[in-house]
Amino acid sequence: MNITCKEASRLVSEGLDKQLPRDAQLRLHAHLAICRGCKSLSDRLAFLRNAVRRIVDRGDSG
Amino acid sequence: MPAPSEFRSEVEKLRPYLVRYATLQLRDAEAVQDAVQETLLAALAGEANFAGRSQLRTWLTGILKHKIVDAIRRQSREAAISGDAEGDASEFDQLFEANGHWVEHPAAWTDPDAALGQQQFFAVLQACLNKLPKKTAQVFMMREHLGSETGEICKNLAITPTHCGVLMYRARMALQQCLDKNWFGK
Repeated sequence: MNITCKEASRLVSEGLDKQLPRDAQLRLHAHLAICRGCKSLSDRLAFLRNAVRRIVDRGDSG
Repeated sequence: MPAPSEFRSEVEKLRPYLVRYATLQLRDAEAVQDAVQETLLAALAGEANFAGRSQLRTWLTGILKHKIVDAIRRQSREAAISGDAEGDASEFDQLFEANGHWVEHPAAWTDPDAALGQQQFFAVLQACLNKLPKKTAQVFMMREHLGSETGEICKNLAITPTHCGVLMYRARMALQQCLDKNWFGK
């Protein structure tokens, strides 16, 4: 069963907050493997998490 | 362990850091000052508990996190149930065609990690965060910066897990769009 990009974008976000059900996880993986747009979104959101974790440390040096 | 007056001044030196940290979570300047003040007091009172094993900053941040969560819980209790227009994810529907495909595929960002070394990038990120609606920003920052579990956040803010998920989605989508537009270019 294929999922749409819209559904995939929701699952990417959800997956950052909790363990997705196995079935949703498989569908998402299958989708990301073939969809460059959603893969980019997924990378962007992972980067965003990383960036936000560092935000307060900025400016310590100055 | 440093002498008492030295400990006090070491703690005091970290005040600006704590203010910055708290400001990310609490927009209200007064609430920020209160949380930081309570943290500094608790730290001075609890000096004996600071074993010196962890970094002073890490220890203080740990105390501050609790004060922030207390403040947020207080705020959401006080903020009665004001008609919350932040629970709808449909504004991002315009990113997608009716069939659920992207109108315009997000492109990969080029060498995003390089941005992490740039002060200016964090200013942009901060500006993007400031544009989020208050509750959306609050949920997002509790999750991504305080590192709270979403279940915990929903409970503290008295919102449903579904609503919580929608707010997280909204925050992430808005932020990645904002960074794309203002930093990574199109």
